[in-house]
Amino acid sequence: MSAETAPILACRGLRRDFRGFAAVEDFDLAVREGSIHALIGPNGAGKTTVFNLLTRFLPVSAGRILLRGEDITALPAERVVRRGLVRSFQISAVFAHLSALDNVRVALLARTGLVWQFWRARSTLDAFTDEAHHHLASVGLADLAHTPAVALPYGRKRALELATTLARDPAVLLLDEPTQGMGIEDVARITELIRIAARGRTVLMVEHNLKVVATLADTITVLARGRRLAEGSYAAVSQDPLVREAYLGHGGDAHA
Amino acid sequence: MSAARAPGLLGSPALLSWIGVLALGVLLPFLVYPVLAMEMLCFALFASAFNLLLGYGGLLSFGHAAFFGIGAYVCGHAAKVWQLDPLLALACGTAAGVMLGVAFGAVAIRRQGIYFAMVTLALAQIVYFVLLQAPFTGGEDGLQGIPRGALLGVLDLQSESVLLGQRAAWGLYGLVLAVTVSGHFLIARVLASPTGLALRSVQEHEPRARSLGLPASGLKFGMLVLSAGLAALAGALKALVLGLAALTDATWQMSGEVVLMTLIGGVGTLAGPAVGAGLLRYLHHTLAGLGSWVTVVLGGIFVFCVLVFRRGMIGEWLAWWQRSRAAVGSSGR
Ligand SMILES: Nc1ncnc2c1ncn2[C@@H]1O[C@H](COP(=O)(O)OP(=O)(O)OP(=O)(O)O)[C@@H](O)[C@H]1O
Ligand SMILES: [Mg+2]
Repeated sequence: MSAETAPILACRGLRRDFRGFAAVEDFDLAVREGSIHALIGPNGAGKTTVFNLLTRFLPVSAGRILLRGEDITALPAERVVRRGLVRSFQISAVFAHLSALDNVRVALLARTGLVWQFWRARSTLDAFTDEAHHHLASVGLADLAHTPAVALPYGRKRALELATTLARDPAVLLLDEPTQGMGIEDVARITELIRIAARGRTVLMVEHNLKVVATLADTITVLARGRRLAEGSYAAVSQDPLVREAYLGHGGDAHA
Repeated sequence: MSAARAPGLLGSPALLSWIGVLALGVLLPFLVYPVLAMEMLCFALFASAFNLLLGYGGLLSFGHAAFFGIGAYVCGHAAKVWQLDPLLALACGTAAGVMLGVAFGAVAIRRQGIYFAMVTLALAQIVYFVLLQAPFTGGEDGLQGIPRGALLGVLDLQSESVLLGQRAAWGLYGLVLAVTVSGHFLIARVLASPTGLALRSVQEHEPRARSLGLPASGLKFGMLVLSAGLAALAGALKALVLGLAALTDATWQMSGEVVLMTLIGGVGTLAGPAVGAGLLRYLHHTLAGLGSWVTVVLGGIFVFCVLVFRRGMIGEWLAWWQRSRAAVGSSGR
């Protein structure tokens, strides 16, 4: 990997209007291949909206999105996934009444053309079982493979989500607040899992927990009121007076 | 619970429950009047087709009578006017349902919840008025005198014979049973396939399924078309059985009745809707003497069922069966 490659994921002049107000406005972003890039900002800054735009869950009002230099602004969401850009959700999103194993197998299934082979027997899915177990084991869920997702404790659900997302084998992983609502132990575990998952891929993550950001992120972009406020390393960004005012408030707390 | 194996109809191993279904199907015309038995089977297929969409696709259609009705009319027309073989007439009815399903899907598939129900209801009303007004549908009388014909030109579906003391058109009964069971088998197969798992995930959490690259709208569209085709097949079969494609087959009341059948039996279970449909048709028949009070009695039964068996009759049975099996499993270890 050379130092000066084009960004793997980028957007220029991104904008999204909701009934008269711009949730995201004139937003530029360049995510370097192989890096962990954090997107931070106060509540309502527009972080999730940016994710929705990048993954085509929402149409853009203006601007362009580039993946490996190719314009994906008008692609349907499924095609974006197939090109290797996969997201997770801020609110825990698992298939509640499927087993942990089937949660992961569905992601593996989605990579193949088998989705439409309705004449095939259930045993077709056995082909994915070993790989699914491997993904479950990598997030510490080896013993819970047959538990329905709904019965897992919260921290485990989020681990399952990560395993499911990774099973899709994304080149660029978009994580929306992966540690939200977790206890300290779970936060430490997920942080470690993200670090491992980031090997050989690019990660763009929204994260409120600044300790996690400081530990993981190579680059940080600060968003406030839909606009980019600052960008740089953790050290640089946390010294920025604009950021301190808009985001860190007066005491350096995460709540604006 | 083994996730890998296809579940049986009532929770028992799959093969056993299919044998049970066939046995019940063979017994049925000895328990009730044979034409009623055939009608029950047709409605069982109709309700199961509807449930495919509601129970496994999470889409409440309030226009399924349109598919049922179009199947009956097109099959009736093919048999009566074009004088096609009964199998071809059934195929024509089914094809009409499939095409109508594609049309409904094109308009409605991206709507959610109550909007989907409203759009399907509106579309079904259009179909109803077409069936009422079109020159070849017999207006209010419907299409009457549909011949049953001879299967493949050989097996006369009209002639009755006595079997074990019961007089019936046994050839026709065999056809109806075979088609109904095959339809259910197809549904069970699809649900147990990779497509079925993908559909489950869409039903559980659509945005998540889409984020993994699953074609959520496409899957729902596919289920709508399959459901429409099977509902039309059920209607076509009923037209052959009764020799009549009735306007009531396509009314919104019929769309409501199939919802009832499904809820009473158990939405999202394989056997529930069929059981609910059989029960409701049976009650319709035996309570026919009450006249318009039938509606009130059936309404009462519905309210009772919803209050007492919230998961439907088969749904409650399955829950009980799984609980007791879990209890046995843990005490056995
Ligand atoms: N679908 C929508 N319709 C209307 N307004 C929306 C929609 N989605 C988001 N918004 C608004 O856009 C703004 C940005 O929301 P967004 O969810 O992107 O913020 P966020 O940075 O992710 O916040 P949080 O930290 O709370 O998750 C908010 O004011 C929100 O109310
Ligand atoms: Mg958010």
